[in-house]
Amino acid sequence: MDNVASLMHGFSVAISFHHIALMIAGVLLGILVGVLPGLGAPNGVSLMLPLTFSMDPVSAIILLTSLYWGALFGGSTTSILFNIPGEPSSVATTFDGHPMAKQGKATEALSLAFLSAGFGALAGVILITVLSSWVAGFALRFSSPEFFAVYFITFASFIGLGGASPFKTIVAMCVGFSLASIGMDTVSGSVRLTFGFDVLLAGVSFLIAVIGLFGVGELLLTMEDGLSFRGIAAKVRLGDVLRTAAKLPRYWLALLRSAAIGIWMGITPGGPTAASFLSYAMAKRSSRNPEKFGKGEPEGVISPETADHAAGSAAMLPMLALGIPGSATAAVMMGGLMIWGLNPGPTLFTDRPDFVWGLIASMYLGNIVAVITVLATVPLFASILRIPFSIIGPLIIVVCFIGAYTVAGKPFDLWIALAFGIVGYAFKKLDYPIAPMILAMVIGDKAEDAFRQSMIFSQGSLSIFWSNALVSTLMGIGLMLLFMPLIGATIRRMRGQAVSRTA
Amino acid sequence: MKQFALTAALTAAFALGGGATAQAWQPTGPIEFVVTSGPGGGTDNFARVIQSIISKHKLVEQSIVVVNKGGGSGAEGYLQGKAGKGDAHKVIFGTNNAYLLPYVAKLAFSKSDLTPVAALALDEFLLWVNGSAPYNDAKSYIDAVKAKPGFKMAGSQSKDTDQTLTVMIQEATGAKWIYVPFQGGSAAATQLAGGHVDSNTNNPNENVGQWKAGQVKPLCVFSPVRLAKSEPVFGGKGWGDIPTCKESGIPIESFQMPRTVWLPADVPADAVKFYEGVLEKVSQTPEWQEFVTRTAQTARFMKGQELADFVAKDEAANKKVFEAEGWVVK
Repeated sequence: MDNVASLMHGFSVAISFHHIALMIAGVLLGILVGVLPGLGAPNGVSLMLPLTFSMDPVSAIILLTSLYWGALFGGSTTSILFNIPGEPSSVATTFDGHPMAKQGKATEALSLAFLSAGFGALAGVILITVLSSWVAGFALRFSSPEFFAVYFITFASFIGLGGASPFKTIVAMCVGFSLASIGMDTVSGSVRLTFGFDVLLAGVSFLIAVIGLFGVGELLLTMEDGLSFRGIAAKVRLGDVLRTAAKLPRYWLALLRSAAIGIWMGITPGGPTAASFLSYAMAKRSSRNPEKFGKGEPEGVISPETADHAAGSAAMLPMLALGIPGSATAAVMMGGLMIWGLNPGPTLFTDRPDFVWGLIASMYLGNIVAVITVLATVPLFASILRIPFSIIGPLIIVVCFIGAYTVAGKPFDLWIALAFGIVGYAFKKLDYPIAPMILAMVIGDKAEDAFRQSMIFSQGSLSIFWSNALVSTLMGIGLMLLFMPLIGATIRRMRGQAVSRTA
Repeated sequence: MKQFALTAALTAAFALGGGATAQAWQPTGPIEFVVTSGPGGGTDNFARVIQSIISKHKLVEQSIVVVNKGGGSGAEGYLQGKAGKGDAHKVIFGTNNAYLLPYVAKLAFSKSDLTPVAALALDEFLLWVNGSAPYNDAKSYIDAVKAKPGFKMAGSQSKDTDQTLTVMIQEATGAKWIYVPFQGGSAAATQLAGGHVDSNTNNPNENVGQWKAGQVKPLCVFSPVRLAKSEPVFGGKGWGDIPTCKESGIPIESFQMPRTVWLPADVPADAVKFYEGVLEKVSQTPEWQEFVTRTAQTARFMKGQELADFVAKDEAANKKVFEAEGWVVK
């Protein structure tokens, strides 16, 4: 109960006119940053960092975290409306969110996304409040083999996902893996696959890939279909937002499952992107009508959004308690903590309780402020879809390329984005799934590092993945997910034979 | 009279001329701070603290933009220096990577693409073990490593400072570790705190959080003299109470990493002077002293010949290890 008392103290620190104003400013800025593809939350936070030097740490972190929440919300907006994920973690939201928008249900999709995101974030914060000390100790048990096992679960859950053939999924994943290995390699310290081009030293950013594959690729497809955006007839009423909110409790199971996945991935730290993918995969797998996924199933919006935000807020815990950033944005904020004169680590909770609990309290408030703010913008964003495609199409292209340039300020990235646009178009035409490729690009190099570190630990023996209860359980879950479709198919076939025999 | 007029004219001309040369270089547009690490890394903090001090004390009129170019262990940032040849509005923040990286990785830049400006601090390296390990001094730990193979040393990256130091310790003592490279110092710190590896050679700032909590403990510091006295961090011990590795029986005189600042090649000498002046003023501010103390680095401002000598010595010592280990790329 100590934590609750501390939290109340935190609220007394966080609730002030000044702080609430900072939250609203942060959220609005964040939405802007999130809506523009390429200019993601990490960039936004590092752009704001110099402004915080003169602030006191509590106000500074409130501004930065609010910007982060805003960016996470803004990222989903473009995913749903234009099939262009503003943030890598909202890629999975495009799968069902955009089809919903096309069917004229943009308001519903946006409201569902924001509400479930808010739910996920609050679940993450509640966990931080209640379990901070226990979780900090648990995360210390993770070493390279455990990290690899977590990534393995995510990959395995995708291979048997259905939609495309498992073979095509594996091909897409392998393309992603090779793209992820471009650049300097941590384990050997040598440069790989740059072919002597200096611009490739830092690797190919998956943000650029996402912009190309989804943004540019989608526009190519739309143009082929004739210059029109379906869903123009969408009616926009504030009442729809409330009606959707009333429907939300029906999806309680998806909400709880996704929040759990998100929290888990935020702590371990698999990150929000991996969390949203895994959550989408699990939703589809456990659904009674998996064939509806990808065609505008509300659960396909709720699951990735909840997990994304739950992971985003849970990722703050390892940052505060252990000094390990759970996401790229958390890494930037950690740099900020050091500049403000704080040492992230196990003793931050005892050294600076006013800061830590002020921050945690601001996470409750910030998310509530964010949900209200973004819900108010839903009609505004949804009405963008009424603009004729011949106007909005070229604008999207411009925004995509500006976004691609902002990621690292390299003109070469524009060509990469264009190339990915063509790849995205080809993938769609040939029915290869794009998501596994993105997934492999985002966590492929981390998985590779973890695997090779494990091999150094064990001096080349695979038995390290079964060396303790934790890693064995994780690997077991991964293998089960990998082979479940196979087992399922076999059972169905046997049952089918049984049925035909009796018939 | 004519004579006098001429002299006066000459004097005036000289005065004007002299004035022109004293009119030192000034930035004419926004200055870009290129950071050779990702956001949140040690070099990133170094650059951003300097940025905050400059803006607080208004040491530079123009605005300063910090950009992170951390790809390829920082090579991306140094390549910016190469691309910005002659551009004195690009200031590159790094470590000894600036001159060591071209040895171990095939990269399209060399030391001659950069103009050294200054070093502001030396970051220290310590030998750390898990807080519950049975060793209380470096000697007993080294003896244990010698007695049984299979001890693991964590560090950040490969063929970088941590691995170089590990090799140096191995050569100096005859002990042998399995070196496990991680993404960065914070990962190496948590791996040690969680007991997954036996030791690391992190900088003070990378392990201080875990030390405060008693999850890790320092055995010795690779510095010629003990660190500056500080507040006690854990169990009544502070940074100044840690013995040097030399006095604990590891015959390594010193291993320190300079925090360096560079300009691209072919910039005006006055521009170098300008930044030297600004950075020297930064190094004298209380905010800088506070930063150095908090991160337990050793404050040492170096420029000109002193810096060149330091670089030459550091380069030679590291090159020896690279060659012996076969890391040098052709």
